[in-house]
Amino acid sequence: MTSIPYNPAFDERSHTYLNIDYGVRSWLLTTDHKRIAILYMLGITFFFFIGGAAAVLIRIELMTPAGDLLSDDTYNKMFTLHGVMMVFFFLIPSIPAVLGNFLIPLMLGARDLAFPRLNLMSWYLYMIGGAIALTALILGGVDTGWTFYTPYSSVYSNGYVVMTIVGIFLAGFSSILTGLNFIVTTHKMRAPGLYWTRLPLFIWSMYATSVMQVLGTPVVAITLTLVAIERLFHVGIFNPAWGGDPILFQHLFWFYSHPAVYIMVLPSMAVVSEIVACFSHQRVYGYIFVAFSSLAIALISFLVWGHHMFVSGQSTYASMIFSILSFMVAIPSAVKVFNWTATLYRGSVDLKTPMLYVLGFIGLFTLGGLTGLFLASIAVDVHVTDTYFIVAHFHYIMVGGAVSAYLGGIHFWWPKMTGKMYPEWWGRFAAFVLFIGFNLTFFPQFILGYLGMPRRYHAYAEEFQVLNVMSTAGASILAVGYLLPFCYLIWSLKYGKTAPANPFGAAGLEWQTTSPPPTLNFESTPIVEDEAYAYDKIEVPYD
Amino acid sequence: MDKQFQWWPPQASNFAPPVDQLYLFLLAVTAFFTLLIFACIVYLALKYRRRRGRRPAPVQTNHLLEITWTAIPFALTLVMFFWASGLFVRMREPPADAMQIDVVAKQWMWKVQHPSGRREIDELHVPLGRPIKLDMTSEAVIHSFFLPAFRTKQDVVPGAYNIEWFTPTRVGEYHLFCAEYCGTQHSKMIGRVVVQTPAEYQAWVAGTGVDEAPAVVGARLFTQFQCNTCHGQRAPTLANLFGSTVKLSDGAAITADDNYLRESILAPRAKIVAGYQPLMPTYAGQLTEEQVMDLIAYIKSLHNQQP
Repeated sequence: MTSIPYNPAFDERSHTYLNIDYGVRSWLLTTDHKRIAILYMLGITFFFFIGGAAAVLIRIELMTPAGDLLSDDTYNKMFTLHGVMMVFFFLIPSIPAVLGNFLIPLMLGARDLAFPRLNLMSWYLYMIGGAIALTALILGGVDTGWTFYTPYSSVYSNGYVVMTIVGIFLAGFSSILTGLNFIVTTHKMRAPGLYWTRLPLFIWSMYATSVMQVLGTPVVAITLTLVAIERLFHVGIFNPAWGGDPILFQHLFWFYSHPAVYIMVLPSMAVVSEIVACFSHQRVYGYIFVAFSSLAIALISFLVWGHHMFVSGQSTYASMIFSILSFMVAIPSAVKVFNWTATLYRGSVDLKTPMLYVLGFIGLFTLGGLTGLFLASIAVDVHVTDTYFIVAHFHYIMVGGAVSAYLGGIHFWWPKMTGKMYPEWWGRFAAFVLFIGFNLTFFPQFILGYLGMPRRYHAYAEEFQVLNVMSTAGASILAVGYLLPFCYLIWSLKYGKTAPANPFGAAGLEWQTTSPPPTLNFESTPIVEDEAYAYDKIEVPYD
Repeated sequence: MDKQFQWWPPQASNFAPPVDQLYLFLLAVTAFFTLLIFACIVYLALKYRRRRGRRPAPVQTNHLLEITWTAIPFALTLVMFFWASGLFVRMREPPADAMQIDVVAKQWMWKVQHPSGRREIDELHVPLGRPIKLDMTSEAVIHSFFLPAFRTKQDVVPGAYNIEWFTPTRVGEYHLFCAEYCGTQHSKMIGRVVVQTPAEYQAWVAGTGVDEAPAVVGARLFTQFQCNTCHGQRAPTLANLFGSTVKLSDGAAITADDNYLRESILAPRAKIVAGYQPLMPTYAGQLTEEQVMDLIAYIKSLHNQQP
């Protein structure tokens, strides 16, 4: 694909970004995008397990219809904690801040992001935000749900609402600055010959994500600030008793938080495109359609927020417009799924761990996306909104989709990031456990939702118990599916096989440098002469 | 209410069959595409699995194929859109002869009042076959009045009236849930809807005889708060007001509906009737939500009367 002169000294791992320096200072004050990616990985893993612990308590509580394990208040705080941690401190930063940070400069043939210090500052903002939100939890928690609906959150809730909001606000700025950094880097720091139409689809999707982060996140930051102002100073903004409008909050909140779903999903799509191509040893089918569907999703997803409000009293005709736009945003997602599937055609398909995660992603995302059509169909949404149907739907997208893709990406680029191979058979086993555990956890919730079990219920009617027990059983399998990679990936750091520069025979500039790369990524700036995914010029690796 | 596990919620309102039909159509589409993608992946992954000596063959993107698999989902979603929206429009337009029942949500209970005056808490008795219109508001936070067996739900928002309507089609007892998270005891803000034959309902409504009709209470409040000293003289007459078109001092014309009457009582200066001075004081904080509903019921009762 490109011409990087062979340099024996360079190949001997004489210096990599990992071993060039060892002190704590060299990590906490680093401006190397790869080290910052590792810092983010530590942060999001920590918050993921906190959010996961809350999920465990929720699922154990829901094994019986009576609210007997936790008190009402504790239960409400647990699902709030779960939502806040998973959405704002795990899912939104996960793929962009870890894989995006690590890979964007490598894929572009650049030495770092455009603003390395800003990148470090973003990590500190994220960690401080997370620490503040966690402090709110330790002091007593919040019971508003991650959606902070007014006037409950702004007037009636007794929890540490303002402190949590401050934490999310700071993490939001981390997200904005990261997006800005990625946009500028993509525009200004592409290697010679790397035209837009030669960019890996990973970059296209991350670019679309970054635009959404920069445009959308300020809105949620301001909205939550208004909640804090109303709460602290009793200014009537959302509380009708003080002259405010509670529905206004929902408009503002979902204006960000619906696109936020795509801020989580587009990066997953970025990962999927890379992995499908590599393990099919084939150019991604319909490259330009996949690329532009990312941009279409970014655009349309800003115009669908009202589909969260079909039963709020919003005008009938506004609801109908939001409904048709919500159907439209499904089309580019469908186009992507068809193209990924077609990429397998006449390829050379290798079902290694990352590919298993990605095929799992395609299946779960398809079901998650199709059940979104039920919610865009207003008359059905009236029945299923605010029930477990919604819970199942967005977990298929965010957990089945986004987390599967994140884990697939972590396995795929693990050799590049650490210089070590993950254990292949453990990887495949964990991917299967995850897929089965996930479906057993969340599929019963679709049925529960249509039967009418509302979400955020601490105690529920007796006829719902069978499905809830199935869901809890699935969650325990799912937990194993998360703990396995956590254990064997750490194990591989010491005992894993040493990774070659390009273990999977992948196209893409990041595979042309050593594993792990040196601090400045490339010995000399690569010059790109081929389209993306020039797999016809790479030998198929048989092993 | 059946405590046994069931696969399908009971169908007990006019909306249950059409919503279920649309749902089944969506299920069929979902099953078809999920199985199609699954089958394609399994088939392609096995047929083209990596084997020594077999090179992958580069494939050119077929634009006709791209257009086809864009157009087919597009057409399908249009079918879904028109089907679902048509049904939704029906859900939003109660028939003119619907019986109105008032609902006030509090943390954490449902207070219901029937036109005859009979009140109940966390229960809703309705007669079979009669269109019912719920006129709902909340005292503090947002709730949602969810009747799974009726396939209908409506958020109950403080500061406004929201409407939910249905015709019960099967006698029995069904779940009533609060579906919008509303604080500590959200999952205890539940109850039941009881569908009775019209005769049973009449007997039930007449049962206690202690509650007065909302319009009667409203008429007394109207005098008690001395509304009658202005309305009809310095202030607009209220006879035949409900449902009529009102000209405002800023030139706009609006229909006098529940939300307009509510606002005119609680925030009288928001909309001034053309030709009148903004003299009326606010009654916010002096009237409970139930009393506002009583006053509106009284104003509605002033139909077909000479001013």
